[in-house]
Amino acid sequence: MTTMDELKVTFFQESEGLLEELADGLEQMSDGAEDREIVNSVFRAVHSIKGGAGAFSIDEVVRFAHRYENTLDALRNDSLTATAPVLEALMAAADHLAALLEAARDGTETEPSHSDSLIARLAELTGEDADAAPEAPIDFAPMTIEIGGLGGPKDLTLAIWFRPHAALYDTGNEAAFLLREVADLGDAEVRCDTTDLPEFEALNPNGAYLSWNVTLTTEASETAAQEVFEFVEDVCDLTVGPADAGAPAASLPELPVLTAPDPVPEAVEDTPAAEVEAEVEAEVVSPKSTAPAGGSQNGSVAATIRVELNRIDRMINLVGELVINQAMLTQCVRRNGYSEGDDIDAGLDELRTLTRQIQDSVMAIRAQPVKALFQRMSRIAREAGNEAGKSVRIATEGAATEIDKTVIEKLADPLTHMIRNAVDHGLETAEVRAAGDKETVGTITLSASHMSGRVVIEISDNGAGINRERVRQIAVDKGLIAADAPLTPAEIDNLIFAPGFSTATTVSSLSGRGVGMDVVKRAIQSLGGRVTIASEPGQGSTFTINLPLTLAVLDGMVVEVGGQTVVVPISAIIETMRLDAGQFFGLGTDSHVVRIRGNYVPILDVGAVLGYRAPVDDPENRVFLLVETAEGSRSALLIDAIHDQRQVVIKGLETNYGQVDGVAAATILGDGRIALILDPAAIVTGPVAADTAFPSTFAEAG
Amino acid sequence: MANPVENNVDEHSELIAFKIADQDFCFNIMSVREIRGWTPATVIPHSPDYVRGVINLRGAVVPIIDLAARLSLPVPEPTSRNVIIITQIDGPTVGLLVDAVSDILSVGLDDVQPTPEVASDESNCFVTGIITHDDRMIRMIDIAGILPEVPGVTG
Repeated sequence: MTTMDELKVTFFQESEGLLEELADGLEQMSDGAEDREIVNSVFRAVHSIKGGAGAFSIDEVVRFAHRYENTLDALRNDSLTATAPVLEALMAAADHLAALLEAARDGTETEPSHSDSLIARLAELTGEDADAAPEAPIDFAPMTIEIGGLGGPKDLTLAIWFRPHAALYDTGNEAAFLLREVADLGDAEVRCDTTDLPEFEALNPNGAYLSWNVTLTTEASETAAQEVFEFVEDVCDLTVGPADAGAPAASLPELPVLTAPDPVPEAVEDTPAAEVEAEVEAEVVSPKSTAPAGGSQNGSVAATIRVELNRIDRMINLVGELVINQAMLTQCVRRNGYSEGDDIDAGLDELRTLTRQIQDSVMAIRAQPVKALFQRMSRIAREAGNEAGKSVRIATEGAATEIDKTVIEKLADPLTHMIRNAVDHGLETAEVRAAGDKETVGTITLSASHMSGRVVIEISDNGAGINRERVRQIAVDKGLIAADAPLTPAEIDNLIFAPGFSTATTVSSLSGRGVGMDVVKRAIQSLGGRVTIASEPGQGSTFTINLPLTLAVLDGMVVEVGGQTVVVPISAIIETMRLDAGQFFGLGTDSHVVRIRGNYVPILDVGAVLGYRAPVDDPENRVFLLVETAEGSRSALLIDAIHDQRQVVIKGLETNYGQVDGVAAATILGDGRIALILDPAAIVTGPVAADTAFPSTFAEAG
Repeated sequence: MANPVENNVDEHSELIAFKIADQDFCFNIMSVREIRGWTPATVIPHSPDYVRGVINLRGAVVPIIDLAARLSLPVPEPTSRNVIIITQIDGPTVGLLVDAVSDILSVGLDDVQPTPEVASDESNCFVTGIITHDDRMIRMIDIAGILPEVPGVTG
């Protein structure tokens, strides 16, 4: 990958952050915030995107961002007020900007007419001519650079004139580095003087033609500025002195800005020599300009660094191994006759605590707020609303809730589908809503929260709710249920998760692309989550997704079943118990229930369900785990013995094998062997049908 | 018919030869990641009979296929003398349980003969050609046909 490509990747990553900032600001504005700083931050975000896009010649983005910027500028200088229609247009523009960037990143084409119509809409707001050409062609644009020492007293303004000789370049020095060093001293405004640049024919590639004027506002002394050039003193012309009284610090831009040299003057623009210059300038700008964009420009947010995800993943894997290793070590020490209370045991305890802390810290690195995801969903909902001709309002709650990054990534697709479904099938058209005494604008609420060690995400709409008549009819038509099947309303609602079910009678561009809610359900199950639905006719529907906090570790109870060691997630276990013979009751031919404190709970023999052994006939000698699934139903799992309780590292079975019914994942125990992690909910809900139990990949191979 | 392309045999190829139930088999050595001794595998519920279970390969969960069972040959209980050939073709890593690894063969296109027509049985489905080496008949097997094609089942 070339340096340019790398920079481009960085640009797109940063753009995501900037878009987030943009969406944030617009949201605050639409909530009625009057803060001028918000408008500024929105403007800055668009401006930075434009600048970066210009540097990489992404013309469509530049063109659009430029008009967008103009509108925001009007907002900034109060010639435009942030009324609801204005904000709506701005949000639509933000969505489009995101789409343009996405297209540029993926190398796909966008429809220019969409840009044009939005540009026209924006121009209408400010009353300018949409066709007016941007004032200047933008080869690259100035980028803001955050420089340390903000807000401190700045008592010195220096004017530096710097003209390198050819010998400076010959000795391997680089003007850009020197200028950058100067900029590190304070707020610097750098202008490149190109007047000495000859026509291309006369240009000596090894010659030195450029000079720079720097206006530096700094707390450092004049000497400090001079010291920067200490090593090149004899190969350049240099003057450093106090700036004219006419250029006090206050006249500098309101932000600490290193303005890159002005865009190429028009006079020399046609000469190829200008390109040489442009390149030099780009070098000055790009490497540093990447630094501040992702962070905050007002300095109020904690410092961040950008790390490749696979580095963190590697670390998480290593920490996982460390946890396993520590467990092995403990076992080993116990085996060798050291008892609790020994020094070595105390040391091991310490080690365990530390390992656990390291693990928590590493996991925290991966945790991210769902905010970005929610913003993306808001965008999708607005787009879907436009396409369907329905007005949609998005409300989000708990956007600061943190979830593992992998989970967030994998949630995007199912959530997109659910949001589109909510718009397409859930919300009614404005006319229908008006007739039903509802607000004409439909609302979709996205909320996230932590609940007993899991994350709960809810997508609710205040639409028509599920049309049970129709759902039932479709299920009958498609042969999913018998025509006279007695179903409760909740069971009918759950039919939409059945494979092959899709209520859309026409294939619209929104939903009904052949994938249905069953795909959503499977995607969420593969994350170790569940999705449930609650619907109230006329009031709307609520989809609830219940997810584990992380995909990497869980607290488990190590138990023995049919000679195999398996792990049961502690989160599912309510209590463990032994039972007397008198507490068992038969129900039906071979089902049993147990009475626990007056309630009857079904018994599931885990060994038999997993096919490890035949059902036992002496349940009174066994151990039971009372488990509760996310849906709230309780069951008693019959197991042979309980060994231990510990934190285990989750290893997926999917990579090399496939999904297994009743098994959530695998883990590695202290002795280095693999133990399967049970999925209590799957064991409780499903009588495992033999023909569907093979992982499909292996079944096909057979 | 033995198709050279199907067999992944080029002008000169190296094949790994191994024994199962006193029969010799081989496949392209390029698919082999490593060879290790037998360690007890953790049984996977509801798995086909030829899946022995999964083992821990330096932190990765790797399923073990009992090649004897897969080829419908007699299946003895594995001992410490058995060998697991860890293979990877494109996607998943899978271990193959065999009796012993015997040889590494260097063969060319001409050395591969088509499989003789015999009454069809399970083991023949996977045999794509035959090589003679030291008076032994070595069956070349289609390793991709034994392994699953796509990893995972997430839709």
